Amino acid sequence: MARTARKSLEQAAPRRQPVESRIPDLDRIIHEKTRLAIVSALAVNSSLTFNELKGILQTSDGNVSVHTRKLEEANYLTCRKSFEGRIPKTEYSLTAAGRRAFERYLGHMEAVIKAARGE
Amino acid sequence: MASLTERAALHDHALHNIRYIRETMERASAFTSIPGWGGCAIGVTALVTAAIASRFGLQPRLWVITWVVDAAVAIAIAAATMYTKARRAHVSLASTPARRFFVSYSAPLVAAALITIALVRAGMFTPLPAVWLLLYGASFISSGAFSIRAIPLMGICFMLLGLAACFVPFGIANLIMAAGFGGLHIAFGYIIARSYGG
Repeated sequence: MARTARKSLEQAAPRRQPVESRIPDLDRIIHEKTRLAIVSALAVNSSLTFNELKGILQTSDGNVSVHTRKLEEANYLTCRKSFEGRIPKTEYSLTAAGRRAFERYLGHMEAVIKAARGE
Repeated sequence: MASLTERAALHDHALHNIRYIRETMERASAFTSIPGWGGCAIGVTALVTAAIASRFGLQPRLWVITWVVDAAVAIAIAAATMYTKARRAHVSLASTPARRFFVSYSAPLVAAALITIALVRAGMFTPLPAVWLLLYGASFISSGAFSIRAIPLMGICFMLLGLAACFVPFGIANLIMAAGFGGLHIAFGYIIARSYGG
């Protein structure tokens, strides 16, 4: 009896998937929260240093490192290393592919909103 | 076909993402190294200057020189405290937001300096307090587009005092200058220092 009741409950409320998994063709590289913030910040600045990105994102060195590397691997970012006196300086810029991907992502979000509103 | 609930969830998710992007872009394009405590110090020197300048009511050239010296001191304080704050936060003073801020901040001030020269050469001193307060306020309103929210608000307050200075005698205008360059700098400097890290 209890087993039947549990089974019918599971049927009534199927296991929920994350909302974004129901959006087809979503760019998973940009979609991650920290990476989305990195790309958004670089969309309004020609370049940003590692420390500037860390300040904007309010996150740890490790987090900035991991996510910028992932974006670099996708060819969305370029990284330029130099020295300011004796202090190493890492500067990031959005590539043309990164800017296109960001615009595509914004278009995607806009399309989802329009579709949900029935426009 | 997606159910109504699913469509609503997708809509909320997309809207949340767009809002997150907009907030990040705003934060990334704002110049935040505005020195709060530096502003307080500038306010204190302005109050001292106003007290000294009030003695020169009948010698307007000395009155102008006193305030010009104060402006030079204020620039030195602002530059030193801004550099310290930016360095502490690892923020470059040559970044795109900083450059946009400086350009929009300095244009009305250059205009104020040139109008001052023209008015002093013409022997017209009475309009100076209003010109300075109005253009200083304008510089904060225009540069506030690239900075923290307190900046344009401070600009509006300066412009309101400038408006008042248009219609009062020279002696009272000096008091309004004390309220603006002294009082507003101290009040907003304190707010910025407490809310935006020094």
